Amino acid sequence: MLDTLKQDWLGNVRGDLLAGLVVALALIPEAIAFSIIAGVDPKVGLYASFCIAVVIAFTGGRPGMISAATGAMALLMITLVKEHGLEYLLAATVLTGVLQILAGYLKLGSLMRFVSRSVVTGFVNALAILIFMAQLPELTGVTWHVYAMTAGGLGIIYGFPWLPVVGRLIPSPLVCILALTAVALLLGLDIRTVGDMGDLPDTLPVFLWPDVPLTLETLSIIFPYAAALAVVGLLESMMTATIIDDLTDTESDKNRECKGQGIANIGSGLLGGMAGCAMIGQSVINVKSGGRGRLSCFTAGLLLLIMVVFLDDWISQIPMAALVAVMIMVSIGTFSWDSLRNLKSHPLSSSIVMVSTVVVVVSTHNLALGVLVGVLLAALFFANKISRFMLIQSADESDGHRIYTVFGQVFFATADGFIAGFDFKEALERVTIDVTGAHFWDITSVSALDKVVIKFRREGADVEVIGMNTASATIVDRFGVHDKPDASDPLLGGH
Amino acid sequence: MHTIIACIDGSASTGAISLAGAWASQRLEQPLTLLHALEKPPAPPAADLSGTIGLGSREQLLEELTALDERREKVALEHGKHLLQAAETTAREAGAANVTQRQRHGDLVGTLADLEADTRLVILGRQGEDHAAEAHAIGSHLESIVRRIHRPILVTLQAFRPPRSFMIAFDGSATAQKALNSVAGSPLLAGLPCHLVSVGPLSEEQQRQVTRAHTALMEADFQVTVATLEGEVQGALNRYHREQQVDLMVMGAWGHSRIRQFFVGSNTTRMLSQAEMTLLLLR
Repeated sequence: MLDTLKQDWLGNVRGDLLAGLVVALALIPEAIAFSIIAGVDPKVGLYASFCIAVVIAFTGGRPGMISAATGAMALLMITLVKEHGLEYLLAATVLTGVLQILAGYLKLGSLMRFVSRSVVTGFVNALAILIFMAQLPELTGVTWHVYAMTAGGLGIIYGFPWLPVVGRLIPSPLVCILALTAVALLLGLDIRTVGDMGDLPDTLPVFLWPDVPLTLETLSIIFPYAAALAVVGLLESMMTATIIDDLTDTESDKNRECKGQGIANIGSGLLGGMAGCAMIGQSVINVKSGGRGRLSCFTAGLLLLIMVVFLDDWISQIPMAALVAVMIMVSIGTFSWDSLRNLKSHPLSSSIVMVSTVVVVVSTHNLALGVLVGVLLAALFFANKISRFMLIQSADESDGHRIYTVFGQVFFATADGFIAGFDFKEALERVTIDVTGAHFWDITSVSALDKVVIKFRREGADVEVIGMNTASATIVDRFGVHDKPDASDPLLGGH
Repeated sequence: MHTIIACIDGSASTGAISLAGAWASQRLEQPLTLLHALEKPPAPPAADLSGTIGLGSREQLLEELTALDERREKVALEHGKHLLQAAETTAREAGAANVTQRQRHGDLVGTLADLEADTRLVILGRQGEDHAAEAHAIGSHLESIVRRIHRPILVTLQAFRPPRSFMIAFDGSATAQKALNSVAGSPLLAGLPCHLVSVGPLSEEQQRQVTRAHTALMEADFQVTVATLEGEVQGALNRYHREQQVDLMVMGAWGHSRIRQFFVGSNTTRMLSQAEMTLLLLR
């Protein structure tokens, strides 16, 4: 235990500290941008990012993953903030945390196995599109200066790393922010700055119970939001954890991560922050910068707060165009470009799942709905594929005896095909149905078998079912009627 | 089938570990497994702190990290095979008949824990590769292995010769009592002259325990010398070892609570780092 703890924290001190610094610098613009999406003061997102990053460093199940205030969560809070105000958001954040801890104890992290690769890709792409779309208000109805600065900012972000030596030592988003701020100040441009968007933190966060009446009415207001936040937060965290697992070739504890996210959100709500979760883009930046342990997320959170509290006068001077440039970078980096190339080579069904997930999310701004649609579609496609694995062969024995042999999966999607596989018009004395190679999965398939047996019986044939395997037998035993002594034909009784 | 696991890592103790493995394998009449754990190396220092992600960054990063791991692991795998081969040769020359090699991915502690059920005895060097230069450093894994693995552990220094006599560090505690019982019941040290050593001053109760221990060992056909030393524990034990030419010391590992070990350390930890002879730690 102690050994793992030491390894998680101190296994990679230099790499973690450096990566933490790089991440902190990128977290500041993101936290501000996401606060603006949610419609709250930048300090709400900044306090949230600090608190979540620091708490999750201790409580998370995936070292090396960065959690903070996120766009996916911010998008879900907009109406709550608009209609009820900040205090209700804080209360909803605390409740989100409670729900996530509950999910951790109920081991819901393992439900992630039902979320297929295509849904994950769709989620990631939708998230990237949403982050990009959230920048559009900053780019509409503004002077050409803003466009020029945004373009210049992107140029710096992607061009600076190509410089020899310094290019790979200094985070280019930082260079972009510094350069654009300097330009705006020197030229005295009248463009929107971070300071125009609301309060920045000037003190350390203080512990405050959200100022809402503790009534059922409050609960009925915040619960739907908290539930959606909890689901989306866990989804993004689990997906990010999987991505980091792959990148670092290590394992993570998903259920611990669920609980950790919950604790972090409760902490965030009580310190005046909004709900957050793991961040795909930042986590990739962290790993890329050499971060592997818990220390990097902790460092990122702590440095973020220190920088924000001490440099708040400077931060308020940052032009929004610089933030927009950084956020466009995050959205480009989050988008899975491979998935576009794979559209051609992947099976049509998985492409449909991926694209539907994206479309639903982008049209509803709710990642949870998109994932739900994606998972349902994927399940339907799977049921359809599996239903092709059913086959009935029939062999004629002498003396009006016929043997039907059933292979494959019999369930709701194949039940009709199963019934259609028998010829009831043929006059037979004896019918044997051999189901050795078949599996009956649900009550639809059981009643289909019942129907077949009873139909044959009504045609005057003796029916024998052989080779029920144990698993099939269980479900047939529980729900079937044909083998019970008093079963004349209840199913077809009304005909 | 229970086996003796000798952990090889290419440090200066490798030869000693193979010899100790051969010796234990013959004494216990159990097969010897030479184990090389391919530990995941620490993350490479990042060459890129640009903090940017762009088109296909994630895929590219995965590609890069995979290529890096692949190169490193291939070399490590090959290196480990050579180490194991050399260790097997040493062990066979020293008389071990049934020797197998095993290479597993993952850290040593976890690997040993996975194999624990089939393990009779674990043999480790005091320092691994990483600490070769520091005289009394104990290897990064040693402590966690001793805490985690509930099997006897033989800790060798950089040289090993089959023990001709051994001593039991006895303090009357429950762990020491258990250690004593397992020595009495095991063929590993059977027939070797035994020194039952305590560091005084002893209370009357402790005195009685020593007497009982003496009787127990005599009943197990050991030829026992009883000694009570004065002074600071490690120094006294090391002095005794030098005077009496004892080759191996048996001790119960970690008598008191984990919390206390964490804050104040323990005799076991100090003994691990200061001992001048092979140690047999019993849980």
